[in-house]
Order: sequence, then structure tokens, then C-alpha cells
Amino acid sequence: MKKKTTVLERVYLTLFMILLYTPMVVLMVFSFNSSNSTSVMAGFSLKWYAELFKDGATIAAFRNTVVLAVISAVISTVFGLVSAVGINYTRSRYYKRTLLTTNNIPMMNPDIVTGISMMLLFVFAGTLMHRQGVLGFGTMLIAHVTFQLPYVILNILPRFRAMDGYLTEAAQDLGCTPVQAFFKVTLPQIRPGVIAGAIMAFTLSLDDFVISYFVSGPEFQTLPIRIYSMTKKRVTPDMYALSTIIFLVMLILLIALNVIQNRAENGSLRNREKVAK
Amino acid sequence: MRKYIATGLMALVMVLSSCLFAFAVPSSAPNTANIENEDFYRNNPYRGSTLNVYNWGEYISDGGEGSLDVNKKFEELTGIKVNYTNFDSNEDMYAKLKSGGANYDLVIPSDYMIERLIDEGLLEKLDYSHIPNFKYIDSKYKSLYYDPKDEYTVAYNVGYVALIYNKKLVDETPDSWDILWDEKYEGQILMFNNPRDAFAIAQSLLGQDYNDTDPAQWAAAYDKLLEQKPVVRAYVMDEVYNIMESGAAAMAPYYVGDYFTMAENNDDLAVAFPKEGANIFVDAMCVPTTAKNKGAAELYINFMEEPEVALANAEYIAYATPNTEVLKMDEYTYKGDETLYPDESLFENYQYFHNLPSETQTLMSNYWSDLKVDGSSNRSVYIGLIAFVVAVAGYGIFHFARRKHREKYYD
Amino acid sequence: MNNRTSNAITAPYGLWMAVFIVAPLAIVAYYALTDAAGNFSLDNITQLSLYTDTIFRSVWFGLVATILCLVTAYPLAYIFSKTKASTQTVLVMLIMIPMWMNFILRTYAIMVLFEDTGIINHFLQSIGLSPLHLINTSGAVIFGMVYNYVPFMVLPLYTTMTKLDYKYIEAGRDLGANGFQIFKDVMIPLTKPGIISGVTMVFVPSVSTFYISQKLGGGRYTLIGDVIEMQFQTAYNYHLGASISLLLMIFILICLAVMNRFGDAEEGMVV
Repeated sequence: MKKKTTVLERVYLTLFMILLYTPMVVLMVFSFNSSNSTSVMAGFSLKWYAELFKDGATIAAFRNTVVLAVISAVISTVFGLVSAVGINYTRSRYYKRTLLTTNNIPMMNPDIVTGISMMLLFVFAGTLMHRQGVLGFGTMLIAHVTFQLPYVILNILPRFRAMDGYLTEAAQDLGCTPVQAFFKVTLPQIRPGVIAGAIMAFTLSLDDFVISYFVSGPEFQTLPIRIYSMTKKRVTPDMYALSTIIFLVMLILLIALNVIQNRAENGSLRNREKVAK
Repeated sequence: MRKYIATGLMALVMVLSSCLFAFAVPSSAPNTANIENEDFYRNNPYRGSTLNVYNWGEYISDGGEGSLDVNKKFEELTGIKVNYTNFDSNEDMYAKLKSGGANYDLVIPSDYMIERLIDEGLLEKLDYSHIPNFKYIDSKYKSLYYDPKDEYTVAYNVGYVALIYNKKLVDETPDSWDILWDEKYEGQILMFNNPRDAFAIAQSLLGQDYNDTDPAQWAAAYDKLLEQKPVVRAYVMDEVYNIMESGAAAMAPYYVGDYFTMAENNDDLAVAFPKEGANIFVDAMCVPTTAKNKGAAELYINFMEEPEVALANAEYIAYATPNTEVLKMDEYTYKGDETLYPDESLFENYQYFHNLPSETQTLMSNYWSDLKVDGSSNRSVYIGLIAFVVAVAGYGIFHFARRKHREKYYD
Repeated sequence: MNNRTSNAITAPYGLWMAVFIVAPLAIVAYYALTDAAGNFSLDNITQLSLYTDTIFRSVWFGLVATILCLVTAYPLAYIFSKTKASTQTVLVMLIMIPMWMNFILRTYAIMVLFEDTGIINHFLQSIGLSPLHLINTSGAVIFGMVYNYVPFMVLPLYTTMTKLDYKYIEAGRDLGANGFQIFKDVMIPLTKPGIISGVTMVFVPSVSTFYISQKLGGGRYTLIGDVIEMQFQTAYNYHLGASISLLLMIFILICLAVMNRFGDAEEGMVV
């Protein structure tokens, strides 16, 4: 069983969360502003929420963002998991290093360089295929998977290093096929890394503007593109309202999930005790 | 239990998004604008096609705060589906258009960018017989330098730069850009964070032409900006709203139309037109050569200049409109507004940006980099970096020595 | 798993990277080594010396931000790993959710807090302290970096720590090690893969960032990301922009190589 957290640790955790969430609170407060300012509170009002629900373009952009983020995160997590397994078992040091160095490249370039070079690549590929207007959902998906992969792999690999490699071999000696051994032994061991990678991939996709901008087409626009393009004029507080809703929904769901899990854990504990008796 | 967590998280996301869609009611904005000749739009040959419009963000009346939803109205009348997407700068728009990777039917760039697009053959000539509402455009904004024969563009919005200041923090009434150099206001002055606009202010003060290609002139303007740097609090763009509204800075050069938004939230703000002049710009609608639906684009342009539609846009965007019909309407909030439509005499020294040749562009950018870097001492950075390297190297040597020592021991 | 299967598994990944990472990189290299007319030219490379100060400043800011992230995230990840499994998920999500809000809105919120007439200074004045000048300082830029990148440090550290066997710590204590020794000789070596991943994911993007320095630094702390962005946007000089970003890449590769050397990573991530 794990150790209990000390008081000092709880204080540290609380302080950190306060620091992390103060800007979020500011953001939420201004979503209730009765004027269009994001720095001066004029009074309480729900009008930005009403505006948000009337704003079809924002809702559509939000839907696009979520669709793109979910699909790209699923692809990059599965792809990254498989690749991390491969990288981990690669014997050739030279090949392994080449893969890992290349893995870091998408993180190294400023987004604008990645975005423009990818756009040029897609357009070039388009001319090879005699197709005009290649930019769209497909190119955005490819770009998102590409910049998420390094993060997924960097999250999974440390778990492999910390894992006892003999476990998988033992499973195979005991009659598991390699695939069975992977799903029954390896995957449970590296699961936290996979989950962390998936969450990170999803987060990166939700918030990416520059790369998305350059590889997007006229039919598919994400929320970050919409918000950034507002900076010619001003970012309207209904974006704050949208963020507040996302935040509150997430918070409620998290709490609900936690309660359900706790109950399930307690339940199984009680069951086990019953069986023991 | 833990194995369900990943699935649980994904489910969270799905639920979250569906929650929002459940709430998203179809727009109930009053789409009741009085379009005189609705049949002109109803009986169009492009029904069922799609139109890709590429515009600045927040640059059209979109149904927010009870305004007219222009795109929706257009779709309803014409049966043409509008794909409306946004860009955040002329340069980003240019990169996309130039690459040819996306087909836009209608774009709304600014003057100097239009000049560049025409030079590079990226714009299609318009058929003005399809755009009868062109007659409403103020002659001042027809046949401008970028399109002298009115072949490619229809003006959409006009804006100018002026000085926005806080009456509580500035006791005089400014009439010159000089005040941005005034040491009295040190640390309270904001400046444009983009080279073209920032240089334009220095150039106005020096009485230069913004589009001069003489390097000596740019050097002089650079010196002027360098002289200003110590009194500047920050170089800003869209942050200017937050800073000026909260009264954290005394003055900032910015676009006049945006002053109205700031003034809504801070009564102390005022606007001044410096006597040296400033930049005036026109954003105009045009059709790129890659357009697939030019006819529908022309219909859209015409629709945008329908008096009722132009009124909705002029109200929503709050920039000056080139549409003369709007100026006559009594319901127009800014009718005869002295800030948005000041006396002609004030515009004597106002200048348009032209597309600069690439050498001048590079010169300007390099000066801009130099300006930003200048004065920020890098000594502490180098001391820090060297200290870090020494520490790391020291640790490494220590480690290495210890290992060698131990190896000897084990042998 | 034998070598042939592992090669077969990494093949799609290798192919993907060749097409979508190496090919765009080749485009960048092409621009870096040509002039506007498309002829081979080393002019862009020779111009790079102008930007050494800016590059070093970016590396320094990135370094400070990374160290701060590591120092704050390490205890946090340790605390996470000690809680119940279900609480862990909630905590990890709590760390990530702020990053789901748009970057611009987050930055605006930080600006409203830090402003001279902002919330923090109002608070300080109300309890009788003198106001602080926070916005448009190098501190604000570094705060922005730490705020935006700390989750990328917490997550990999946390995932290695959940693997941590507390018996090692107990064994260390039984053998008479004090808290610091346990930390240095047990915790650090056991969590090293996580540290390396986290440092990579924080340091690399923070060196090349551009928006944070413009908004929180008031455009006064030009970082290399800003310069590159300007070359691509305002100056339309893809050639110079590309060569600066290649230089930046080499710099980061060197930094990572050094880090891995010291990480004693028998399977170094880089070079």
C-alpha cells in the first residue's frame, strides 16, 4: 500500500493548485462581465453565455476542435504506443538513436516553421497528385498527429525503462503469445505513461493555433484559429464563457468519476472481505 | 478499475462536447433586414454551390448582440452555402493564398497587400456589371493607388490611426505625435508592436513618406524610434484594449474604430488626430485567381454593399464605411460622428501604405529587431549561462573523478 | 521480441517521420541555403552572427524556466504518486485542464493579474504593501513559460514515480541514509528517465516560443522565436527565417546531447 501524504505535502499541493487556477478564476469572472471588457468589471451579467449559444460559428469551430483533437489523439496514442514498443526493443543503437533524435525535431522548430514547411509539403504533394486545394481536415489531422507523436513517445518510454523486461519473457515462457504477453503484462505496466501521453496529445491539439492555421482549408476552422483571428479587433468575452463552460463541465465530470471510482473500490474491498470471511 | 480510466476520459470529452451542442440553440437573431431587391438574390444561378470566404476575425456582423447575421441572411436568400474562415494578419493570409493549397473565392485584405497580390497576379478581375451596388462606394475610396482603374476590388472598410489617451493621466490636449516621446509620461506610453505601424509614426514626425525606399530615411526613423524606447512601457497590439481600459497606461496609438470599444469601458479615454498625420487604410473585397465560384463571390460582394447589410457591418465593426448610403441613414449610430468621420482637413497628412520592395522590407525588419534588442543588457544572461555551464562541467568532472577513483578501488 | 519484429514495428513510424518530419526539414534546409532567386547562397548563414545575443537569451530563459519547472514539479509528482489511484487521475486531469483553455485567454488573464493596476497590486495595496511592477519584466516572461509548460514536466515525472518501489527508499533509510542522500542516490537515479523526458518537453518548446515574450514581456524581451516569426511574417524572408531556425535546432540538439551525457543514458535520446 502507498504511503500517506503529510500535511506539508498537502499544503504544497494546495498552493500549487491555487497558483495554477488563479488565472482560470480571473477568466471565469470576466465571462460574467456585463460589458465587453476583459480587464474592467462593469457588472454581473449572463449575456455572454446567451451570445455564445447564438454564435453558430464559434460552436462549429468548437465542435471541429474537439473532433480533431479526439481523432488525432487516438491515432497518435495508438501509433506512439506501437512505435515506443518497437523503439524499446530495437537492438541497433544507431537506428534507435536516429529515431529518438528525429522524434525531438517537431518540438524544436518554432511552430511557424513547422506550419509553413508542412503547408509547402502538402501543397507539393498535391501538385504531384494534380489536386488543387489539398488543405483541409486531412492535412490538419496529419499535422496534429505528427506534432503529438513525440510527446506520446516521450511519455511512454520512461515507463519502459522502469519496467522489468523479464516479466514479458516470463509470460512468454509460461505460454503466452507475444501479443498476449503485451496486452496482459506489458500494457498494464506502461498504462500510466500511455494515459499521460494521450492526455498531453489531446491538450496540444486543443490549443494549437499556428500549425493548424497554415495547414487548414476553407471548410474546417478550429476554435484557436477563430480566437487568434479576433485579435485584429478584440477577443469577445463569449470565448471566456465557452472556456468557463468547458472548465465547469470537466470539473463536475471529474468529481463524478472520482466518486464512482471510490465507491467501486470500496465495494470491491467489501466484497473481498466478505469472501475472506 | 483503472483500466476504465482511459475510456472514462475519452467519454468525458464526448459528454462535454455533446452538452454544449444540446444547449446550442439555432440563432434567434432578428434576420429582418430590409433588402430591397430580394429577388435579385433569390434568382441567382449559383443556388446549391458553396462560397469560400476568407476574412479577418470579428470583421462582419455575425448576429452577436442582436445584430444581423450577414452570412446566414445571404445563405437564406441565395441558397449558396458560405464557408466562412478567418485569418489574423495580411501576411498569414498571403502565405496561404500564395501556396495555392486552399481555394478561397473571396478575400478581404488591406490596401498594400492588395497591391502585392495584383503585382503577383494572384487576383482575378471583377465583372462590375454583376456588382451594381458599387455605385454606393464613396468616390474617395474608388480608383485608389492599388487599383487605379477599379478592376479588382470593392472597398469594405476604412480605418485610420490616431492617438488614444486617458484624460485623467494626460492633462494637455495632444495635437502631435511628439507626446509619445515626452519624458513626462515615461513608462505610461504604449507603442505599436509591428514594425510598419511603429515606423509610420516616427516617419510622420520626421515628415517622411511611408513608402520611401531611401535607406537614409529609414535610418533616421529608426533613430527616432530608438530615442523613444526608454519612455515606452510596452510594444503592444491587441493587449492595448486591456491596458487602456484598466487605465494602466496613459496613451497609445491605435485604430480609431477600436477606440469606441475601449471608450465603452472607460469614460476617461479620448482620441486625438495628430497634426503630422498617420496611416489610413482600406480593406477591400477581392477574388483570388484560385477561386472556384467567382460568380457567387461577386454576388456576395454586391450583398455586402446592400445599404442594410453595410449598415449592420458598419455598426458591428465600428470602422468608417465607404458606403455612401449608410452615411445618409438616420439609424446609423455613428452618423456624423466627429471621431469616425472627422473633418477632411485633418486627413491632409494621412498616408496609405504601399507594398514595399523586399530590400526595404528586410531593412525595416532588421531595424525593428535591432530596436527590440538594443539596450537590453545581455551581461546577466551570459553570466548566468557561464555559471550554469561551469556548474554542470564541475559536477561532471567530480563524477568522473569519483568513478575513476572507485574503479581503481575495485581493481 | 527479436530484432526483425521490432524493426517491422518501428518501420511505419520511421516512414511517417521521413515523410512528415524529415521532408519538411529538407524544405527548411533548402530555404536556409538559397537566396530569393533560388540560387545557392550562404548569405543567410553569415548573417546569423547578428542573432547570437538573442539565441543565448532564449536559451537562458528556457533554462531558467526548465529548472523552475523541474523544482516545482518534482515534489508535486511525488505527492501525486503517493495518493490513491483514483485521486491520481483526478490530480493529473486538474493539472491539464487549465491548458485546455485557449492560450490567448490564459495569457490575457495573467496580464490582468500582473498589470500595474491589476488584481495582485490591488491586493498588495489593500493590505498596505507597496505595489510591484510585475508586467513586462523578464520575470513575467519566465512565469508565463513555467505556467504553460509545467504540466509537461509533472506528467512524465509522475508516470515514472508511480513505478517507484518504496522498498528502495526504506532500504536506503535502513542502511542509514538521510533524506538528502535518499533523494540524491535513490530517487533521482530511479526517476531519471522521467526527468529526461520532462526536461526535453519543457526546454525545447520554451526556447522556441514567441507569443509569451511578446505579450507578457511587452515586446521588450525579444526571443529567437520572435525573430523567426518576424522573418517569416513581416519580412517575408523565409530564407533567413529558415536558417535561424536551423541554427536554433543545432543549439537545442547540443543542449540535449549534453543533458543525455550527464543523464548517463546508456540509450541516449540524442546523437
